[in-house]
Amino acid sequence: MSVTEQVIQPAANIHPIDNLLRADRLPHILCPGCGIGTVIHGYAHAIAASGLPEDQHVCVSGIGCSGRAAGYVNVDSYHTTHGRALPFALGIAVHKPELKVTVISGDGDLASIGGNHLIHAARRNVDMTVICINNFNYGMTGGQVGPTTPIGAKGTTAPDGAIEQPFNLPYLAKATGAVFVARWTILHVREFQDAVLRSMNKKGFGFIEVLAPCPTSFGKSNKIGDGLHEVEIYRQRCQIRHGATNLEEFDIDLIDDTKPIVVGNFVDVERKHFLG
Amino acid sequence: MPDNAAAARVPAKKPSRVLTGTHFMVGDHACAEGALAAGMDFFGGYPITPSTEIAELIARRLPPLGGRFVQMEDELASIAAIIGASAAGARSFTATSGPGFSLMMENIGLAAMMEVPCVIADVQRASPSTGLPTMVGQSDILQARWGSHGDYGVIAYCPDSPQECFDLTVRAFNDADKYRVPVFILLDEVVGHMAERVVIPPAEEIPIVRRKGPNFPPGERRFLGYAPDDDMVPPMAHAGDGYKVHMTGLTHDEKGYPALTPEIHDKLVNRLVDKIRLHASEIEMHEEIALDDAETVVVSFGCTARSARHAVNEARAEGISCGLLRLITVWPFPERRIRELIERGKVKRFIVPEINLGQLRREIERLTQLPVLRLNHAGGAMLKPDAILELIRS
Repeated sequence: MSVTEQVIQPAANIHPIDNLLRADRLPHILCPGCGIGTVIHGYAHAIAASGLPEDQHVCVSGIGCSGRAAGYVNVDSYHTTHGRALPFALGIAVHKPELKVTVISGDGDLASIGGNHLIHAARRNVDMTVICINNFNYGMTGGQVGPTTPIGAKGTTAPDGAIEQPFNLPYLAKATGAVFVARWTILHVREFQDAVLRSMNKKGFGFIEVLAPCPTSFGKSNKIGDGLHEVEIYRQRCQIRHGATNLEEFDIDLIDDTKPIVVGNFVDVERKHFLG
Repeated sequence: MPDNAAAARVPAKKPSRVLTGTHFMVGDHACAEGALAAGMDFFGGYPITPSTEIAELIARRLPPLGGRFVQMEDELASIAAIIGASAAGARSFTATSGPGFSLMMENIGLAAMMEVPCVIADVQRASPSTGLPTMVGQSDILQARWGSHGDYGVIAYCPDSPQECFDLTVRAFNDADKYRVPVFILLDEVVGHMAERVVIPPAEEIPIVRRKGPNFPPGERRFLGYAPDDDMVPPMAHAGDGYKVHMTGLTHDEKGYPALTPEIHDKLVNRLVDKIRLHASEIEMHEEIALDDAETVVVSFGCTARSARHAVNEARAEGISCGLLRLITVWPFPERRIRELIERGKVKRFIVPEINLGQLRREIERLTQLPVLRLNHAGGAMLKPDAILELIRS
């Protein structure tokens, strides 16, 4: 016999997404000012707005701060190994195509150690939504530079500033075949939720980059200040360009404050999906 | 009317999952047919010699049966995909060889830790590294047991014929589900590529054991995904079943939630090991030839056991007191039987021929002070019966 316990019945006047969070896992491990909570909030709202029962949603994460997202959402959820969230999610999505599979993970997990899986999942046009939380560094391990760290930005493994060209993730996702591509920041709460919902409602591979502050690691190394200060940078410099086709020009430069950070829903096209 | 249009009107023969009958078949194909007969419905794999025939047969046979075949981008993805599919309820399978097996190791640990059943065929070739891709090896034996970091229990079968490739693959799927572990079928290139008679029984005679699930409907109360039953194996709910499971490679409590304490870790890892260790007598399989009075015991497995069998029979015909212990499961290792033989006092020495430099021999040496004679080759060719016979005579 399994050991079981009673479900705690929530109070009547609960928040609309309370049922979508694993309240018994709170408090969470995320730092003050971190953007990941806002992303989880947006994902939960998209689930609620999807019209599909919660049982039909599945969340898969990799490793890192963003990889902990799967542990806080009250749907079937899988916290996998570093970089392998996408092929794990493919196994679920292909075996049970009726499920709405969302991968929430970080830029290091999805674009560095898992980069090969990202381009192949996009190429195959597997029916899933990928939310890539980009905080420009490896936060969990203490602020090392990664494949999205802007040139010149500092990290513990690049004390004089990153010298490598970072990935422009929307450009990469579009080039490799994603049928829905967006970039938002955690300032753009409603736009982000809307993008997740649109991707969920679309057959095929949707990729949403969402910029998020990491004040403990990236912010500190780069004198950005607390989470609110990074959000203020987003507010001042973000330009919305829906449907823009020149994604190759949308690199993110956090040092040069004359350069815009371009956000928007860039790609929304139809293409035969993996099981289509 | 053109012939091909006429042919198109003929109703296609309904594809059969179980190819009941007598076949002449290579081991790789028998392994694939075993997986199909066991109800495998998801395969994720990457081409690699000498295992590719398994993927090729499944690519042809599985989709018409309603299953999914996905050629993944690499072995890292293959193993992740089969764990994901199994988490969603599939009986999932992949096939590889040494280099791919090495790449799979991290997520084999994930399958062990999440307790997600899956089956991995490793058709061994001469190693290390790229080695001799088309030639035989038996050098993944210890990797199968210890390849991923940390302690966990596994099951590994070593077929010595195409017939066993079929039979043991069916068994592998059943054991994977029964114990919620990754199970390996360690073929070798010779067994994988040799053609012999394979008898596939009627579907109803093939035993199918499936993993147990929650014993109450979703929503009734909370399902604790890692609360083990008396057999130390927790029931498993799948993605989409409605139980809202959480699975993680982190140390976790009975809810499946991360619980990062030494006490919970020790309890969990001990259970992962014990659920196999304490069921070893149910899982372990071996074949014995003339062991009761044997002074020399040859211990062997896979294609080498075919040479060893011949050598033992020859030696006995010459009046030499010897026998064969053929491992069918290399893990769990038949430790109890070997201890019994040693304690009975009749055995004077062991001979362990293997196509590696002594991986299995170490297991026997740790059990006995008796001489353990070695016959090794790093790989590329079978060990010949004459070489084993010469050692038995010595």
